[in-house]
Amino acid sequence: MSKHETFRQETREWLAQNCPQSMRTPVAPEGLVWSGRNKTWPSADAKLWFERMRDRGWTVPDWPAEYGGGGLDPVQSDILKQEMKQLGCRAPLMDLGIWMLGPALLEHGSEAQKKEHLPKIARGEIRWCQGYSEPNAGSDLASLQTRAVDQGDHYLVNGAKIWTTFAHLCDWIFCLVRTDPGASKHNGISFLLIDMEQPGVSVSPIPLISGESEFCETHFDNARAEKHNLVGGLNRGWTVAKSLLIHERKMMSASNDSGRGAQPDMIGAARRAFGSDAAGKLLDANYRRRIASHKMRSRAVALTGKRLFEEQIAGSGDGKAGLTMKMLGTEEKLRGDELLIALLGSAGLGWEGEPFDPEVLAFTRNWLFNKALTIAGGTSEVQRNVIAKRALELPQ
Amino acid sequence: MALALNEEQQLLKDTAREFLAEHAPVGALRKLRDEGDETGYSSALWQQMSELGWAGIVLPEAYGGLDFGYQGLGAVIEESGRTLTASPLFASVVLGASAIELCGSEAQKTALLPKIAGGEMTLALALEEGPHHNPLNIATTAEASGDGFVINGDKTFVLDGHSADTLIVVARSAGNNPGSDGLSLVLVDADTAGVTRTRMMMADSRNAAQINFSNVKVAADQILGDAGDAWPALEKVLDRGRICMAAEMLGGALECFARTLDYLKEREQFGAKIGSFQALQHRAAQLYADLELSKSVVIDALAAIDEGRDDLAVAASHAKAQLNDIYIHATNEAVQLHGGIGVTDELDLGLFMKRARVAVQILGDSSYHTNRFATLNGY
Repeated sequence: MSKHETFRQETREWLAQNCPQSMRTPVAPEGLVWSGRNKTWPSADAKLWFERMRDRGWTVPDWPAEYGGGGLDPVQSDILKQEMKQLGCRAPLMDLGIWMLGPALLEHGSEAQKKEHLPKIARGEIRWCQGYSEPNAGSDLASLQTRAVDQGDHYLVNGAKIWTTFAHLCDWIFCLVRTDPGASKHNGISFLLIDMEQPGVSVSPIPLISGESEFCETHFDNARAEKHNLVGGLNRGWTVAKSLLIHERKMMSASNDSGRGAQPDMIGAARRAFGSDAAGKLLDANYRRRIASHKMRSRAVALTGKRLFEEQIAGSGDGKAGLTMKMLGTEEKLRGDELLIALLGSAGLGWEGEPFDPEVLAFTRNWLFNKALTIAGGTSEVQRNVIAKRALELPQ
Repeated sequence: MALALNEEQQLLKDTAREFLAEHAPVGALRKLRDEGDETGYSSALWQQMSELGWAGIVLPEAYGGLDFGYQGLGAVIEESGRTLTASPLFASVVLGASAIELCGSEAQKTALLPKIAGGEMTLALALEEGPHHNPLNIATTAEASGDGFVINGDKTFVLDGHSADTLIVVARSAGNNPGSDGLSLVLVDADTAGVTRTRMMMADSRNAAQINFSNVKVAADQILGDAGDAWPALEKVLDRGRICMAAEMLGGALECFARTLDYLKEREQFGAKIGSFQALQHRAAQLYADLELSKSVVIDALAAIDEGRDDLAVAASHAKAQLNDIYIHATNEAVQLHGGIGVTDELDLGLFMKRARVAVQILGDSSYHTNRFATLNGY
């Protein structure tokens, strides 16, 4: 048996023995375990599952073991993902530190920064949020104006960040700040880590169309940041920012819904609404065609993710196609959501309470939240700009 | 690894691209068209392609083939889609040889497959009876008569039908029309008495024929496998054909995109390269992304053949439906983004545009395959 086949076998057995039954079911948002100084446990099983995974370093399976990771190679890491999916395991821990900051620190952080921050992320001790966009710097991110002024041993930070997801529940924020206002706009930016537990930082949630307030506005009023928490070098934050955006887009393109509740069954909804014949064929030809088209395109997106991964492992392909995945994944996800909402009819547009199906209510809210997916992390239009420039090398 | 080419396959692909660029560029098809060539492809070129092993690339070694797999053949066909190369590769090797391999007896395979692998014999699958792909609509009959069978009926849009040495006729020996029961595959030498072939000049300058069978007498051993039982094998043959046609279409679409991208980088209007205009950049970016999806769908479907997967039919219908749509879209975008010069015969794009439309109709348009995809998935 090859090394990887052995790993698959062992992983399958370990998961079967260690993942509690209740952690193998679809999860609603309130059932998720998030990192943080003041963690709350949705259930005893959730705590047990988190602890077992943490102890193996499998909250961050592909990080080096010395920083609290599982030390898995890319193939092993993919096997773990597949086996968890196979068994229906929930993610043991959620955090932007895991998905975005950690990978960027591994690439651009100093040894001291990695040693200080990565193990805490791996153990779920600190919950991170992202301070990129500003009220006047959205798609044109590099025009950001939040200032960090050198005070000798620390920086003094002033300004405002917007769309800071879950900032009201977070402990630290990774921020893009302007450290040289005289330089051209991409060249005066630094990447700074700021502890949010201080008087100079205040957070106000923004109510969204989904009725939730996951996004916030975060204000810095003479906030303090230690100098050793500037990552990637003074005025060189744009490089770190771009590498982190790649991780963010990769995360967003993964068309799985782990952590965002169960998905109602699209074909079942079509059957209930419009009926099907003895062979199971949907009677409404228009919806049948739309469903098939959506399923094909989703299948194509999933296959492309798989192909690009295999090409990366094999060292073939130019890697540029990865730039398309955020746009493709999020747009198809939204198309599927819209189709399902249409199939549910008026029953898909309930807001709360009786007599609506709670699962459908959750889906409806989720659909409204997902409307942000083609905007956050760089709009689909920004993605097309990036593809045109970097993959197609069109004249600028 | 299933979705990335291995080194050998990549080498084959590179070799195919170099060979076709040198020996069979788009200009070669233009020449066949302008000279009104009777065969519709170059026999000398087919001989060279056979010497490279392409005619036997997927056939088992026991029958003189290379047993290199459909991912390899798909790579060659994709490249031939870039050059619009006319050859018997699709009709003879993908459809014809597969029918013999999947449906024929040991004796038939031993007698015929080595000749196909060596490029000595060409085949055509006489399937369609109307302008829309419909493999269950078979009115052509194969009636038992004495020791053999008699074939009667009309076939149309038979790929390479006017030039192939031997025809494989899909005929009904039992069962109701339309339907899958009672279908037979019958080997008919093209010179047999009662076979009348009329070449059909299609918009893509490739090769198709109308064929009439009037009381064509065949021996019992000219039936591939057992009479009346051909459908399960035929369906697999058609899926292989759909997947390989999708590979050709991928090559054509990629070529149109590459030429368009070059044009966007060199053409100037309003004092700037037109590729610097965001309206055009976004169209190019979207097309690039859609082509990346198409690559994945095609290579996965080729792998489904090689791995003998049970979702072959799903993968085939997905691949054909998607490539139908993208090839039409890519050729339309190419012409539109080239502007006026795009609709001149001097530019090759028109040849791709016409090929796209013909290729869409071969073995099923998107409506056919979207419907089949849904049915196969139980809805």
